[in-house]
Amino acid sequence: MSRIAARFAALRAEGRGALIPFIEAGDPDADTSLALLRGLPAAGADLIEIGVPFTDPMADGPTIQRSGQRALKAGATLGRTLGMVRAFREPDDATPIVLMGYFNPILSYGVERFCADAAASGVDGLIVVDLPPEEAEELAAPARANGLDLIRLIAPTTDDSRLPRVLEGTSGFLYHVAITGITGTRSATAADLAANVARIRRFTALPVAIGFGIKTPAQAAEAVRIADAAVVASSLIETLAAHLDPEGRATPGLVPAVLGQVSALAEAVRAARRG
Amino acid sequence: MNQPLPNSLRSSPDARGRFGGFGGRYVAETLMPLILEVERAYDSARADPAFLAEWRRLLTHYVGRPSPLWFAERLTHALGGAKVYFKRDELNHTGAHKINAVLGQILLAKRMGKTRIIAETGAGQHGVATATACALMDLPCVVYMGATDVERQQPNVFRMRLLGAEVVPVSSGAATLKDAMNEALRDWVANVRDTYYCIGTVAGPHPYPRMVRDFQSVIGEEVRWQMEQAEGRLPDVLVAAIGGGSNAMGLFHPFLDDASVRMIGVEAGGHGVESGRHAASLTGGRPGVLHGNRTYLLQDEHGQILEAHSISAGLDYPGIGPEHAWLHEIGRVEYVSATDEEALEAFRRCSRLEGIIPALEPAHALAHVMKIAPALPKDTLIVMNLCGRGDKDIFTVARHLGVSL
Repeated sequence: MSRIAARFAALRAEGRGALIPFIEAGDPDADTSLALLRGLPAAGADLIEIGVPFTDPMADGPTIQRSGQRALKAGATLGRTLGMVRAFREPDDATPIVLMGYFNPILSYGVERFCADAAASGVDGLIVVDLPPEEAEELAAPARANGLDLIRLIAPTTDDSRLPRVLEGTSGFLYHVAITGITGTRSATAADLAANVARIRRFTALPVAIGFGIKTPAQAAEAVRIADAAVVASSLIETLAAHLDPEGRATPGLVPAVLGQVSALAEAVRAARRG
Repeated sequence: MNQPLPNSLRSSPDARGRFGGFGGRYVAETLMPLILEVERAYDSARADPAFLAEWRRLLTHYVGRPSPLWFAERLTHALGGAKVYFKRDELNHTGAHKINAVLGQILLAKRMGKTRIIAETGAGQHGVATATACALMDLPCVVYMGATDVERQQPNVFRMRLLGAEVVPVSSGAATLKDAMNEALRDWVANVRDTYYCIGTVAGPHPYPRMVRDFQSVIGEEVRWQMEQAEGRLPDVLVAAIGGGSNAMGLFHPFLDDASVRMIGVEAGGHGVESGRHAASLTGGRPGVLHGNRTYLLQDEHGQILEAHSISAGLDYPGIGPEHAWLHEIGRVEYVSATDEEALEAFRRCSRLEGIIPALEPAHALAHVMKIAPALPKDTLIVMNLCGRGDKDIFTVARHLGVSL
């Protein structure tokens, strides 16, 4: 069983939902980013999503755009992102890691070589934002061959006639983009989320994660009452950005602040379905 | 002469929007259903005589088409070789070729029931054309424009605002056309249900490269009969400037199957392709995926997109339309580059010799005409697409010439 499937099975047995925090690889620098990554499981991350920096992140709002720019300026690459996952895997063989990014860096790295290297580094799943099912076959075959889950995005605009197409070849879990919009902007209403997740569940038994617009512990708790996992990204990056000095360097308070926020989110997620 | 090639080069793209290995639909899932809707709507519109008749009516009575095919006699004598004709798309209403495809797209948006239009713009010509069409058809219009371009294209910014459009300066990245396109795509994702994205060039996700090409092909179709009237035959050489490549695609496409017609696309060489500061995606880039399509891109060894550079805001883009990428790979079209300096020199000579102040974009095409015409026989017929007028560029040129206005 893959790490992702094992983790969701364990959580289901526990009767609780998952917290999936997001960090951008290499933001604000490689060492700080690795320290954050290593601290996430103890802070309560059930799975981890790592953003791969790209110059032109079309689905991202200003917070993650700036995060990616800081990382690129500090020398982040797809290869170094894999190195970061390898370093994480030495002590932690259980927490699933999903890379989220755009197709061009993967294409440039070489699709086959990337899938092999990612799997060997301990990556469990891939979310490629600008690779809809219509264009995915190029990545799907090597990903499958290397045991990587290809996790698809399902948007509010993905209607019932299209859902089966999007679900075909998807594994691991589904990522429900809660809003029509970019990251870090609006939040969906609980009613909309519930309706959309119920709709998705009619088509699949895979776990459903909700992302885009989940910022607070209360919103994360609400998300796992409706779905199986909550992804929190921009609000963590905002905390990170608030702990940079005027030159953009990490201050000593950065890692504890972000991990403290993850702990608060995790606590809310764990308490969500109790009572 | 006029030997058709064995298989038509005019039948691309395929059902997946592919020109050879290029094109496609690399967009976020949120947009994908809408992209498919645009494709269905366009397929139905282009088969509808009433839709096409309305577009043609606007081209004739609002834009002023057909644009003249002008024999540039003084330039021809000065160069001493091939006969040079200008396709005068700078005489169109709004001063460039962009309006041809904009009117088609805005009619399509209305047909789809969309109530809000967004666009990206570099030099501002596409933004002005979109703002114009939206004023005419009473639709709200938001134009994303890189902050750098807002600065260097002030006259067009003011024009767009006069026309009632909201111009949003984009300050991410190098704050030029690429960043404006990112921001327009972000707007579209957030307003997917009521908004139509009017793309200015033959790039972006399928069906845009095909749709914009189809509308712009009016340029080449006119050249075909105009040259027949003027010289009784096909032209020998077609030359056009390339940023995204819409004016070039519009000129070239109707001639792709005419093997005797040589075609040359001129990319922006900036400070010179060897300097690394240029916008020549085919000459200096390699294939990748950006803005919804697979094509040649300026990028580093890690697949990060590089900033383009050109004196011309309309060519300052690190990619190129996917059909050009394909025509480059199969060798049907030659792609070359002209530097900022060469374009400036062509800009000045065109103004003095023909009494036409060209935009800096076609000045790149003219720079290449000036290179090749002298060595070609006097009966060779060159058609250069003079796709925009230079009024918007006089401040930029003055700055380069050290003149303060």
